[in-house]
Amino acid sequence: MDEHLRALRGSILALVALGGMAFAQERPDRSRPPVLTSPAPLKLPAIDKRTLANGLAVWVVESHEVPIVQLSLIVRAGGGNDPTGKFGAASLTAAMLDEGAGTRSALAIADDVELLGATLTTASSYDASAIRLNVPIERLDGALPLLADVALRPAFPEKEIERLRQERLTALLQARDDPSSIAGMAFARIVFGPEHRYGTGLIGTETSLKALSSGDLRAFHASYYQPPNATLLVVGDTTADDVVPRLEKYFGEWRPAGALGRDSVVSIAPQLRERQVYVVDKPDAAQSQLRIGWVGVPRSAPDYFPLIVMNTVLGGAFTSRLNQNLREEHGYAYGASSAFDMRLSAGPFVAAAGVQTDKTAEAVGEFFSELNGIRAPIEADELDKAKNYIALGFPAEFETTTDLSRRLEELVVYRLSDDYFERYVPSVLAVTAKAAQGVAEQHVQPSRFAVVVVGDRKTIEPGVRALKLGPVRVMTVEEALAP
Amino acid sequence: MRMRLPLALLVMSLCSLSLGAQAPSPATLEAPYTQFTLANGLTVILHRDASVPIVSVNIWYHVGSANERLGRTGLAHLFEHLMFEGSAHVADGAFDTLLEAAGASSNGSTDTDRTNYFIDLPANALELALFLESDRMAYLLETMSPERVNGQREVVKNERRQSYENRPYGMASIELDRMLWPQGHPYSWPTIGSMEDLTAASYDDIVAFFKTYYAPNNASLVIAGDIDIARTRALVEKWFGEASRGPVAPPPVAPPAVLTEIKRKTLTDQVQLPRLYLGWLTARAYAPGDAALGVAASILAEGKNSRLYTRLVYEMQMAQDVTAVQQGAALGGSFLIVATVKPGYTIEQIQKVVDEELDRLRREPPDRRELQRVLNQVEASFYRGMERVGGFGGKADQLNAYYFAGGGPDFHAEDLARYMSLSPADIQAAVLRWLPPDRRVELIVEPVTAPTTRQ
Repeated sequence: MDEHLRALRGSILALVALGGMAFAQERPDRSRPPVLTSPAPLKLPAIDKRTLANGLAVWVVESHEVPIVQLSLIVRAGGGNDPTGKFGAASLTAAMLDEGAGTRSALAIADDVELLGATLTTASSYDASAIRLNVPIERLDGALPLLADVALRPAFPEKEIERLRQERLTALLQARDDPSSIAGMAFARIVFGPEHRYGTGLIGTETSLKALSSGDLRAFHASYYQPPNATLLVVGDTTADDVVPRLEKYFGEWRPAGALGRDSVVSIAPQLRERQVYVVDKPDAAQSQLRIGWVGVPRSAPDYFPLIVMNTVLGGAFTSRLNQNLREEHGYAYGASSAFDMRLSAGPFVAAAGVQTDKTAEAVGEFFSELNGIRAPIEADELDKAKNYIALGFPAEFETTTDLSRRLEELVVYRLSDDYFERYVPSVLAVTAKAAQGVAEQHVQPSRFAVVVVGDRKTIEPGVRALKLGPVRVMTVEEALAP
Repeated sequence: MRMRLPLALLVMSLCSLSLGAQAPSPATLEAPYTQFTLANGLTVILHRDASVPIVSVNIWYHVGSANERLGRTGLAHLFEHLMFEGSAHVADGAFDTLLEAAGASSNGSTDTDRTNYFIDLPANALELALFLESDRMAYLLETMSPERVNGQREVVKNERRQSYENRPYGMASIELDRMLWPQGHPYSWPTIGSMEDLTAASYDDIVAFFKTYYAPNNASLVIAGDIDIARTRALVEKWFGEASRGPVAPPPVAPPAVLTEIKRKTLTDQVQLPRLYLGWLTARAYAPGDAALGVAASILAEGKNSRLYTRLVYEMQMAQDVTAVQQGAALGGSFLIVATVKPGYTIEQIQKVVDEELDRLRREPPDRRELQRVLNQVEASFYRGMERVGGFGGKADQLNAYYFAGGGPDFHAEDLARYMSLSPADIQAAVLRWLPPDRRVELIVEPVTAPTTRQ
């Protein structure tokens, strides 16, 4: 702790001008920003780790500000575990959990949740599935049997599966309306291809959705929703001693329904070889949606901290280079950003913006200028700003029970070490310019990026071609979203 | 950045009769505060919450798009953007750079009635926020320039393109306001402004706007979080004391707004599915009827068991989605019901069901359990709202919202009482009074081409 505090203070002093004035004067000195005292040390939440009789791990974090408790059952299986040809199985399984469970109907579950003043969500990412219940603490006893029914005894009624299937098919149809959705889906498909799991959205395609049966969902639930593959997070106005016996009553009897399914087996997608441009025609669109990038890195990347610092400089914050260039300098866009979507396997690296139609080519040019520029050494001031932005903003990510619970999920899903939060700030502050440049050179190679432009082809195509970035392929929306 | 949300829709009730659980202690819903006014007229509200070592500096200027005039719409929001571009002692770009280097996050938003800004940052950096916030209050114009205005003009036009022109159904809300409110009413134009007016806004307009509305006596400052009250008061006096008092800002002028008939219109958009919008003019925020209509909206369309959701989305599956909302603002309110039609069905089929359900609420009160379900939800959501100090809708922002609404910053208990006291008959009466079948707006968005049918 001491070391990280010294580092924080050192960085701050480096940023504000030296020799500030004393605090207690009448009129403020506006000739330079105020000198700041050192930040309070981050008080990390203590995680009380328990285990139920059946082996289910329970992590309890106390937070007594508000009489609320959040329970999140995290299951280590998500879209990445979808069987071949069954893309969308994890997502639909999770969505079906509260559509009938135990003896409760879908409407009865919703009614119970609302009367409890609770919120209940069930969802999957590519890496995990989660059932999240937030409830006033005095109604916890009413909520626990409900949570157990939903998690352990989903009924998967055919009529509700059919309803959700139709909703999802309609959502896929509606995705064609939104240039931003089209761009995201087309980019994933182009970078990862139709076979790789990350080339298709979580809910799957029209074809795969139509192929999912209740048997598929039951099988997914039986294979992965098992005590050894799950962790129950409890954050809020309670203690482990109080809550664990109550959990034992509802979750202690939970037994595996069969053999545990395989861990996520998403392979690292083959990297793009050469740059290619895709223009997806959206006639008369007022803006062009840009997505530029390639296969990024997995969450287990050893260079995690240099990567997030480098990306903060490039496109992870308001004063990042992409936003300053596209928005503040040129006014081409409302905002521009970049991100590494790190999953169990390598997710995409993508730089993105919506830019005005008549400046599309200019904007793409500026994107490449910044993407190339990030490979050069980063000045100390800029690097320090990014590091401090991440490190000093870290405590705010632990403010509410929901914030805390979300941070804990990260530990569970990616099997991060117990001292991860303690190491976080020092690890950020330890990133050197050399390390940042190293990850930029390795993971930001603009000469091999896919460039997806969704916009008014007749206006933007000539300018985009004139950039001579590489082969240009023009597509309709239907072609871009083809199953 | 901007957003347009109804004033504090955070509502609650302490009743929980159906479940027999005891009510949570109301003490946690209080936000004790210290309030004072500087000599220049700035209202200051301080609230200590040391649960996390962060602090939120939240300022509301009591001006929004309702203070604009036709021909200069969008000015309040364009001005909000300029507040981040630097002031006499803060160089171009330094506002955000200094804040990020301190681990801060900041943003601003404009609605019809007010413009708010927040800076959330580690408690040790409070004085940096006060320096920046006071400098743009006292010394914004010193370094303002036509180039700076032009730069943000383009950004805002792109914000409009991204949020309206290029978004599915994006133009509907603009059309809806134009139909609901009479011409010249300040709620009849969009806060984002028209493209023509954004082009027309001049440097002189910006200067005049600042001088008229951005004076300390037209603002309220809330500082909430891990603060020492006495020291913070001294710091506020030090940094904000030198801002000069301005003239009394002219209040917005609103002609009477009533609908006397059904107004119908159809727009076309590049979308797959038709969407129906029904709109009524209703109660102002916090006025009689506002809370009851908020509950009516939930009874109609919040959750799987709500009346419209159950019939349209769950059982008949004619609609992909349905929402209802009461939007109480300072000069008036509106109530909206919006539903998207699934392939194979029609607007008429949806509208028939909506009208049946509205008729049923006009004829008979909702049952007690139905009301209780809504009240339990809003009660719990209120507790959740007390957890976060900063950001939009956090405690600091809420204290400012209550202060601006005129009830005093810690209006939580009174706000709660508005909902607690509601009976099923109140809901019925509000629907009868405010949502008549023959005085409303009916806006339909149709696909440019016929939707793909699947059924």
